[in-house]
Amino acid sequence: MQLVTPDIGLLFWMLVSFLIVFFLLKKLAWKPILNMLHEREDSIDQALKAADKAKEDMKKLQADNERILDEARAEREKIFREAQEIKEKIVGEAREQAGKEKDKIMNEARASIDAEKNAAIREIRDAAAELSIRIAEKLLRNELSNDQKQKELIEELIKDMPVN
Amino acid sequence: MAHRKIWIKILLTAFLVSSALPVNARHEGGEEQFNPGIFILEHIGDAYEWHILTYNGHHVSVPLPVILYSKQSGFHMFMSAKFHHGSHDGFSIAADGPHKGKIVEQAADGSFVRPILDLSITKNVFAIFVSMSIILWVLLSVAKLYRNRGNQAPRGLQSWVEPVVLFVRDDIARPAIGHQYERFMPYLLTLFFFILVNNLMGLVPFFPFGANITGNIAITLPLAVLTFLITTFNSTKTYWVHIFNTPGVPWWLKIPLPIMPFTELLGVITKPFVLMIRLFANIIAGHIIAIGFFSLIFIFGEMNVAMGYGASVISILFTVFMSLLELLVAFIQAYVFTLLSALYFGMAVEKHH
Repeated sequence: MQLVTPDIGLLFWMLVSFLIVFFLLKKLAWKPILNMLHEREDSIDQALKAADKAKEDMKKLQADNERILDEARAEREKIFREAQEIKEKIVGEAREQAGKEKDKIMNEARASIDAEKNAAIREIRDAAAELSIRIAEKLLRNELSNDQKQKELIEELIKDMPVN
Repeated sequence: MAHRKIWIKILLTAFLVSSALPVNARHEGGEEQFNPGIFILEHIGDAYEWHILTYNGHHVSVPLPVILYSKQSGFHMFMSAKFHHGSHDGFSIAADGPHKGKIVEQAADGSFVRPILDLSITKNVFAIFVSMSIILWVLLSVAKLYRNRGNQAPRGLQSWVEPVVLFVRDDIARPAIGHQYERFMPYLLTLFFFILVNNLMGLVPFFPFGANITGNIAITLPLAVLTFLITTFNSTKTYWVHIFNTPGVPWWLKIPLPIMPFTELLGVITKPFVLMIRLFANIIAGHIIAIGFFSLIFIFGEMNVAMGYGASVISILFTVFMSLLELLVAFIQAYVFTLLSALYFGMAVEKHH
């Protein structure tokens, strides 16, 4: 029977010490411990979320990188093509220019050759005319050295002259 | 590593044996027969001094303060060592009768009566103070660690306490009470640590441990009453409606004979009562069995020395087994008491839905 009869003294000390310990622990232990646990859980939660976000960002960044790389590649292609075109254009233009120049030079050359030729022909003609005049003079002088011959000439000249 | 563990167990059992030795000595002195019943009751009961061991017939014990208030002689305070020479100031420890083992005072008519108040620091009170100091020291230093180390991972004592705190919060309070669990956490945690630490301390067989604290009804009674009071003071209207007008029960169980309300009301009382009995009975049973196995050694030893040694081997094996079982029980009982308290709080704060 003594076993199941609570002893008043023990009951008293138990209640007193348990309540003291309870209030001490409540204020000084459980509050900071539970708060800190809560805080830590929150921070872990946030860290996990941040990690997820970072992963997402990383993925986005990678996609961006890919896109930028693609763009760069396309840009290079374009620049390359443009350069090709410009080169071809420049070469074409140069060729055209050269052709024109050549034509011009040729024309000029031809013109100058023509002019030279004409001048030469004129000169030759002048020289031939002068020579023939001089020959004719000499011949005339020879012919007109006697009177007979002068007379024959005049007659011939008169004969040639139209009678109007 | 495994070998070392075995050696630790053997050492512990050796301590258990040494704490059982006094009986042998008493047997030597008074030539009385070894009485396992008395032996066991002495071990699980309370005492005014803390008996550690008896060596060559000399008792080695720690005297504890006796605090009394008697109607006829007023307030008294002295050390229990004064009782070594019989009575002191008219007080003595009753050898038999209804107050056996308690301090009694000789009244004017010659009869022995208990003083009105006996607030002596007995063995169990002292053991509570020891366990409370350990709990306070451990938890306050852990709280300090939490305050200083902030959000860092737990370290040292912290990593011993934190799993228990998380267990109480996530496996007891939160599922049993629901979203209002936070305001019950300090009580549930204190309860769990108090029961667990005292259960475990009861398993350590040397001073200042080994007292039968949680196996004493004067310890489990205040705990059960506190659970009852917290349940009642936190109860909502729904809780009382459930008791007096239980939904889902046929009307003839309520009117004219209020069978159901009566049963429910009885349940309000029996719930904490069962809490009190369960913890008390489980722990005291463990202590009785453990000491019973040791008594076997002396019972056989009285028949024959060789038989005593033979029985000791078996007894120690059984006690090692029992101690391991009691480790489990220490945890389970702390868990059950806390879980049921949490469930009652959960019922009390439940809102109608």
